[in-house]
Amino acid sequence: MKPAYRSIFLDGLWQRNTGLVSLLGLCPLLAVSGTVVNGLGLGLATTLVLVFSNLAVSLSRGILRPEIRIPAYVLIIASVVTATQLLMQAWLYDLYKVLGIFIPLIVTNCAIIGRAEAFAARNAPLPSIMDGLATGLGFCLTLVLLGALRELAGRGTLFSQAGLVFGRWGDQLQISLIADYPGFLLAVLPPGAFFGLGLLIAGRNFLHSRMAGQSPQHAIIGGVNETPSTA
Amino acid sequence: MDSKQPGGSTGHAWRSALALGLVALIGTALLAGIQQLTRKRIEAQERRAVLAQLGQLVAADRYDNALHDDRFTFTDNRWFPGGREVTVYRARLHGEAVAAVLKLVAPGGYNGDIHMLVGINADGTLTGVRVTAHKETPGLGDALETARSHWILGFSGRSLSDPQPSGWAVRRDGGVFDQFTGATITPRAVVMAVRQALEYFSANKEMLFAQPAEPGNP
Repeated sequence: MKPAYRSIFLDGLWQRNTGLVSLLGLCPLLAVSGTVVNGLGLGLATTLVLVFSNLAVSLSRGILRPEIRIPAYVLIIASVVTATQLLMQAWLYDLYKVLGIFIPLIVTNCAIIGRAEAFAARNAPLPSIMDGLATGLGFCLTLVLLGALRELAGRGTLFSQAGLVFGRWGDQLQISLIADYPGFLLAVLPPGAFFGLGLLIAGRNFLHSRMAGQSPQHAIIGGVNETPSTA
Repeated sequence: MDSKQPGGSTGHAWRSALALGLVALIGTALLAGIQQLTRKRIEAQERRAVLAQLGQLVAADRYDNALHDDRFTFTDNRWFPGGREVTVYRARLHGEAVAAVLKLVAPGGYNGDIHMLVGINADGTLTGVRVTAHKETPGLGDALETARSHWILGFSGRSLSDPQPSGWAVRRDGGVFDQFTGATITPRAVVMAVRQALEYFSANKEMLFAQPAEPGNP
């Protein structure tokens, strides 16, 4: 990997992770992270949309004047999301049914128009694809981690209903870590999503400051700017 | 090139409009193409999903007609107020009525409508009941789902005479059906809807099986 691609990739996955640092797309993140499989499904769909919307925006950057770029991006993203929706309906029907309204709502994920505006609009197609892939995978990773946390705490299982994503053989993937687990309702309900996300953000900040050689006290509270706190 | 005064010349405006139109055109063409490519498959998937649900209520070896297509949809405000649509799927063997599955919406859940399938044999006994979509509270009301509890399976084999009409209610209301721990409203809505479906069936059985099929949207 060329250094530029490497930094684009690390940037999207870690430095400005959509869910944990930029805090964009929180609505689907909180709503769909009940299980690993739901999170993975939405994460992959969002990644697909990001890759193709970034590619389309990058390709059109020569013909779009600044004053019409936003409506054009909205058109592009809406088309890509609808195409993704149709494809999922055709090939992953059961998953599509489970994710329901959150598939068309990918349109409203600010991370997508954000990457179009901040990156794809001023970069060549290949780096733009890479940026979409990295951002999407970063989002997907957050969804899967949060899903794992909530599924494990809430139901004592992992990868339940994996057949929704992987077809029939996926049904064997379910792991019941604790037999006769009574269930922990808080983790399944929406408040559990907030607690889980808070824990993940704290964990990411801790690791980030450790790697940067700072003490955790100076860690940055998840914000859009990654400039070290001067306080 | 990037002039800072928008609308400075009509030439720019025209070019912008053209560019936007082009984007819209490409997007529409792409979607039309993908829709054409996926249409057949999506229809097949929807059909498979509906048949899988119906199959839980009427075993495939009990009928020989096209269960999915032998259906019609109606509204009847006397029985199902509020203009709620009911779809009836008819199972027949050698042309004889075997069972009907009513796809209906139970009002009065704790958290909105409960979408259900109620399967009824020609003799008026229930083949079973399934909930296909609901918004009840996770951990409490969702014991409706077969994956969470066997409560819903308790309807199989029941009819208007088993229990007697006064028993067609949840325990708290003096009936024979359990409520689940911490949730009375959800099971009450389901029990009422099932009873209603049975009463409707017994009053309109001839019509339900005689009505010609009208395949439309599933």
